[in-house]
Amino acid sequence: MTSLAITSPKPAARLDRFSLGLLGAGALLFAAVLVYGGYLLTVMQLAMIYGIFCLGLNFFMGYTGQASFGQNAFACIGGYGSAILCVQYNWEPALALIASMGVAGIAALVIGYPTLRLRGHYLAMATFALGLITYDISVQWTSLTQGYMGYAGIPPLGIGSLTVEDERLKLLCLGGLLLVGFWISQRLRDSRFGRGLRAISGSENGAAALGIRISRFKLIAFVIAGLYASAAGSLFAHTVGFISPEVFGPQMVIVTFTMLYVGGVGTLIGPVVGAIVASLLPEIFRSTGRFQDIAYALVLLLMLIYAPKGLSALGALFRPRKDKGEA
Amino acid sequence: MALLKVKGLTKRFGGLLANNEIDLEVPKGSLFAVIGPNGAGKTTFFSMISGFLNSTSGSIAFDGRDTTRMRQDQIAAMGLIRTFQLVQLFKGMSVAENVEVGCHLATRGGVAAALLRPSWFRRQEAEVHERARELLDFVGLGAQADLDAELLPYGQQRLLEVARALASRPRLLLLDEPAAGLNTQETDGLAHIIEKINRQGTTVLLIEHDVGLVTRIAHRIAVLDFGRKIAEGTPDEIKVHPEVIAAYLGVEEAAHA
Repeated sequence: MTSLAITSPKPAARLDRFSLGLLGAGALLFAAVLVYGGYLLTVMQLAMIYGIFCLGLNFFMGYTGQASFGQNAFACIGGYGSAILCVQYNWEPALALIASMGVAGIAALVIGYPTLRLRGHYLAMATFALGLITYDISVQWTSLTQGYMGYAGIPPLGIGSLTVEDERLKLLCLGGLLLVGFWISQRLRDSRFGRGLRAISGSENGAAALGIRISRFKLIAFVIAGLYASAAGSLFAHTVGFISPEVFGPQMVIVTFTMLYVGGVGTLIGPVVGAIVASLLPEIFRSTGRFQDIAYALVLLLMLIYAPKGLSALGALFRPRKDKGEA
Repeated sequence: MALLKVKGLTKRFGGLLANNEIDLEVPKGSLFAVIGPNGAGKTTFFSMISGFLNSTSGSIAFDGRDTTRMRQDQIAAMGLIRTFQLVQLFKGMSVAENVEVGCHLATRGGVAAALLRPSWFRRQEAEVHERARELLDFVGLGAQADLDAELLPYGQQRLLEVARALASRPRLLLLDEPAAGLNTQETDGLAHIIEKINRQGTTVLLIEHDVGLVTRIAHRIAVLDFGRKIAEGTPDEIKVHPEVIAAYLGVEEAAHA
């Protein structure tokens, strides 16, 4: 029976109490940071941005069950799109964000069409290469990207003369956008389309036999993930005001994977919970000085051992177990 | 009229002739069975009909249209739905959700509909939930609707696959050894369900090596052995067919029979 403990006896179609509790805890943390202010505001801002990235990644890796180590490529498109359009061409930040998403979406479509024929490890390698290539382009194509120097002075988000300069207000706006991203994710998941995606991750043969067009569904999930990633990249540029190739490098892949797995890959709230937890944890260990990284790694390890399906799957432990065997 | 018409269907895996010039016609409304010993080529035959394997030569027509080179999902969209010998449940989804996926072909709407949720989409979602419950009741899994599908015992997983296939309102239901691994009691229950499905108007093509089950419920039986069709007829004809007895019992015993 112990092995079943982490498998929920009732895979909740909507949010159960435990998930709501986790989200509530996240909201409390958010509020506390908002009141406390200071350096943590930046940490929380980044958590919101990563949360948006992870919500998208969850479509491809969680619901559809496909590996992508290259979503940073689309964040890169978003970030540089926003930077170049705003700094060089004085575009409105909001417009630049949307235009960059368009470019990223088309790029995802064009790249995904041939790449998604691959499966498993091969797909993982191909997408990893995609991330590396994009990183190299952002370093080498200096006339467009300014190479390692990157872009500074990217204007903050805003509409017309209304700009969001205050750090607290920035955080509130990012929190709002994360909620919008979450809402979209929930709507898509609990639908005919979302069920199709999850069926593919359960059994491709089974899904195909029921008439689901596997390659098309995978491609759409990949594009959705790319759109989210691009939005996250743009938001990073507008929030921090500075980008360089390093921001969207392989490091980003590792950070977002950690978040997704800590929160619970394939769950509705996992990406949000993971982004907040994995962003704040290192800060908690800041007082331990040079042991900070070790303490962080230790906690991550413990989480992955005792909650392999992520924090949001822990709710199963608190639900009454149903005895099997009776009809 | 034949709903499914197979002509000269052949599959070669390297030097192995898995299916050799098989002809078959499944009449509309019938409960048709293909039997044969292990390794006779039954599953290969099935996989070609449902588009999971391409044939080496020969042709397949479903409802008058040539489906020989179509993809699985295109064939499924025409109303030819299969189940698998090794159950292919959607892990991580509940029993009810598995059946809801089955409604895919009987419903419509993609990303835009899911986001905007117009009234027809909401109505359709409600119908999907309802239909899943009905079908689970039909196969006797109503009480397990909210369980994780993986937690079902093996026999019930098979029934779930049947319910899931029914959800897409198939015109021809292909069942690949549905009784494999079931005990006698479970097999009886399954036989009853298959007969009920057929009586409600769905044509059923069944692969089995359990001859007992097949001779009890099938209207017509084709027998495969070493990739060839060696006989076809009513259950009573098949039971006394010398070549069939030879294939199942070996030639010597057949001589005594």
